This record gives sequence, structure tokens and C-alpha cells, in this order.
Amino acid sequence: MISTQTRQQFTSKITFKPFVDNWKRYIDMFLLPFVLTLFTLSWQLVVWINDYPTFILPTPVDVIYTFNKVLLDGTLWHHTQVTLFEIFLGLTLGITTAMLFGYGLAKSHLLEKILAPYLVAMQSIPVVAIAPLIIIWVGSGYLSKVLICALIVFFPVLINTVIGIRSVEPNLYDLMRSLQASRWQIFTMLELPAALPILLGGLKIGVTLSVIGAVVGEFMGADEGLGFLINQARGLFNTPLVFVAILTLVIITLSLYGLVTLLENRLLRWRK
Amino acid sequence: MLHANHLTKIYNTETTALQVIDDISFEVMAGEFVCIVGPSGCGKTTLLRLLAGLYPPDIGEILLNNRPLLAPSAEIGLVFQKANLMPWRTVFDNVRLPLQVHHLPAGVIKQRVDDALELVGLTEFAKHYPRQLSGGMEQRVSIARALAYQPKVLMLDEPFGALDALNRERLNEELLRVWRIHGQTVLMVTHDIHEAVFLADRVLVLSQRPAKLVQDISIPLTRPRNLAIRYKPDFSKLAYRVRQAIQ
Ligand SMILES: Nc1ncnc2c1ncn2[C@@H]1O[C@H](COP(=O)(O)OP(=O)(O)O)[C@@H](O)[C@H]1O
Ligand SMILES: [Mg+2]
Repeated sequence: MISTQTRQQFTSKITFKPFVDNWKRYIDMFLLPFVLTLFTLSWQLVVWINDYPTFILPTPVDVIYTFNKVLLDGTLWHHTQVTLFEIFLGLTLGITTAMLFGYGLAKSHLLEKILAPYLVAMQSIPVVAIAPLIIIWVGSGYLSKVLICALIVFFPVLINTVIGIRSVEPNLYDLMRSLQASRWQIFTMLELPAALPILLGGLKIGVTLSVIGAVVGEFMGADEGLGFLINQARGLFNTPLVFVAILTLVIITLSLYGLVTLLENRLLRWRK
Repeated sequence: MLHANHLTKIYNTETTALQVIDDISFEVMAGEFVCIVGPSGCGKTTLLRLLAGLYPPDIGEILLNNRPLLAPSAEIGLVFQKANLMPWRTVFDNVRLPLQVHHLPAGVIKQRVDDALELVGLTEFAKHYPRQLSGGMEQRVSIARALAYQPKVLMLDEPFGALDALNRERLNEELLRVWRIHGQTVLMVTHDIHEAVFLADRVLVLSQRPAKLVQDISIPLTRPRNLAIRYKPDFSKLAYRVRQAIQ
């Protein structure tokens, strides 16, 4: 707020500054499309010059063509829906359990002493190593993907919950106590809002990992979902379809990340 | 109104036991303005927190209106050494906090917060966040927050310690004005002798840690007090007496 004010004061004094500002806005608006176009063109060029076969490296045109095709016949939407469903349940499960455990760990040193070694040990095992076990235990239905997704989301959200709750100013606890606030009031009026910035940071990492979790699960054994689609397309040497599936995953990840950023902008307005 | 009887406080850490308060007894009348001074680190904050019921004394007892004080009370408003505001709440919402905790009706809350903000001269800043305020303004918000609940006793812990001399003088006069209007009992910790003499009816002087009550000096200066009184000989004499009492 203050910085824009001072900038306006400056711009009114220096006459050519508005031009520079406009120019900057121009760059911001066109930079992304420009880079994208440049990238796509050079990709197309590379394939043409080297004359790669489609199953090695398809051209952007091949990818767009395939994208259009699977979009229209409903294949893409079907698999996307399945993966989104798994991500949604996995995120919900992972985030809730991580926040519950995180709160417990942050508040109780005894609980921390008991659980911390196991949690850290669990984190040291890569998720691809646990995924087959989970499939053995609960089968290759959507539940295994939800669990793998929840598992990968769990740790970053847990850590950030602990750090967030521990970051609460001790003096503010005294304030709440001096006001005779109940435990629930201390949680909703103090701990939750105080921990929110760090918590949302954990959520940002969590949502990006959740997509990886779901896909890893689908790789291990599935008959639908974007991970399955990638596997199937690879088997059929349909490389353009692999590209389409990857592109869709990128779009999902970016959207989830954007959603958390939106939430951040709304909830943390006081920081700006 | 407020009785402290033989208060003793010992902090137990893993390795040592540190006695901070040593057998302190005094009484505060309703409507009295009492300042507590003492060398830094002697246990002033500890004493005030005991009196606010934040933790119990190891020996002794506190009586508020002849009833033992065992936990924080709605009759006591506490102002901390740092403003201690919630950065995610606006000025209005920070002042609203105590009323919200006690589930007062929305209409009453709005009225009381507006009144409290007007009293400390921050009406226009109701929608600002703490980050957008100066140190002095933040401390005024925290006083407004304590006032909004209309406590019978106001306890302040070096509330102006971080401010420059001019701001501090201004807020001293503001505090006296608020006190004149509402007539609460005020208990204020400070390490500034002139501030104590300017504000108080009585100054309690504490010793080095473990803090004992070494003198109870009454300040018979006329009220209302203003800037000029700080430069009168009576004022200097009293300030010198307080200074001598502190080792
Ligand atoms: N929670 C605590 N645990 C252990 N020691 C403490 C604690 N709080 C304060 N102390 C110690 O007690 C002494 C008095 O502290 P305090 O009451 O804050 O003094 P003052 O407010 O007069 O500067 C200091 O030596 C301080 O280190
Ligand atoms: Mg102190």
C-alpha cells in the first residue's frame, strides 16, 4: 500500500516513468504466451529437422490432435475424473490426519517422544517402496491410491502443523488465559489463525505431492486414471497420448496450487 | 479491594530454583493508582502476573474484594509489556477480543469497542492492522482492549517502556484522563521513576531479586496533573525519594 503510494508520487514527478510502467505491464501480459509459443515452435522445429518418428517424440500438432480426440470421445475426462477423485479423498484424509497428529505432537512432548522416531523413519522410506505393499493389503481399487496419496501428503502437512502451532507467541497464550478463554476459544481464536501462514505453506507442498501420490498408485496397478492412461499409452507406443496425460497432470497440479494460493490471498490479507 | 498477603514465588527450572518474590504484602484501595518500581530483572513482571492470577504464588494469597484469587478474573484487565496484539486482527477486532471471548451481544460489543477506541483516540484506525501502526498506537490499542471489558482493576506491565520520552509523556496524560473518567483501580509496573511519580497515588519500591517491598511512598501531588507538574520542586523531591529507595 505504502509502496504504491510512494511510487505514484515518483511517477508524477518523472514524466517518462508512466511509459516504463506501461511497458512493464506489457511484458507481464505477453511474456508467458510468448515463451510458450517460442517453446512450441522450437519443439516442432526440432522434430522436423531430426525427423523423429512420432512414437519417439511427437510434434505439438500430434499432441494437440490427440488431445482433441480423447477429449471429444470422453476418454480423457473419464480418467481425469478418476484421478481427481483419488486426489480429493487422499488430500482430505492426509491433511486431516496430519493436522490432528501435528496438533497433538505440538502440544504434547510425551506424544512427540513416542511418535517422532516412527514418523521420521516412515518418511525415510520412498513412497514407491510402500505403494506395492499397500496394493497387496487393500487391493488395486481406488482405496489403495487414496492411501498412497494421503501418505505422501501426510508428512509435509504434519511438519508444518507442528511448526505453525509452536510458532504461536507465548504472550498471546497468557493474554487468552487472562481473558479466561476456553481451550476451544484458544484454538479457534489464537492457534488456528497464528499457525495459518505456515500451515498453508505445508498445504502448497501437500497438494503438489498429492498428484504424484495418485499417479504412483495408479502405476502400481489400476484399470483407470491418468497414471493408468500413461502406462497403457506407453504400451501401445502412443507417445502423443502419454504427452496428453502428462499435460493434464500438470494442469491439475497447477490448478490445485493456484487454489491454495487463492486461499492464501484471501485468508492472509493482513500480511500485505 | 486488592490484598496481597505474604506473596512468595520461586521459579523451578531443571537445574535450579530461583526465588523471585520474597514475602511481599500490600493493599490497594478501590480507585487507587499504584505504581510498582524496582531494578530491572527484580521480579516486577512476575509479581504483576501473580496479582493477575496467571499463576499461583508458592506461599501467600491474593484477595480480590475479600475473595481469594485463584485464576484470572473478569474484573482484572491486563496490559502486557509489549502490545501483544494479534497481527491478523484489525484494531477493531483486537479490541473486540475480550468481549468476544465472553460472548457479549454484538450490539454491546460494537458500542464498547467504539467507546474504547475513541477514548484512546484511534477511531479512524479501527480498520487498520497492527503492522500499519506505530509503537505508541499499538500500545494504545492494547490499553483500549483492556478497557473495553470495563475491568474494575487495570494492571499494566511497563506499557510505555518501548516508547520515546515524548510519546510516553503523552500516553501518561492519556492514561490519567481515562482513569479520571472511569475511576478503575490501577496497578502499573514501570522502571521509570518520573513516570511513577507523575501517575501514582502511591509508589511501591521493590528491592533487587528476590524482590521484597522496601518502601511504600505516597505521592500527595494535586490532581489533575499536567506537564508543568513534572518541573515543580515537589515533584523532584518525590522523585529523589523514590530514587533513593531503589538500591
Ligand atoms: N518463566 C520463568 N522461568 C524461570 N525464570 C524466570 C521466568 N520468568 C522470569 N524469570 C526470571 O525471574 C526474574 C524476574 O523476572 P521478571 O519478573 O520478568 O523481572 P522484571 O519484570 O522486574 O524485569 C528474572 O531473573 C528472570 O530471568
Ligand atoms: Mg518485566
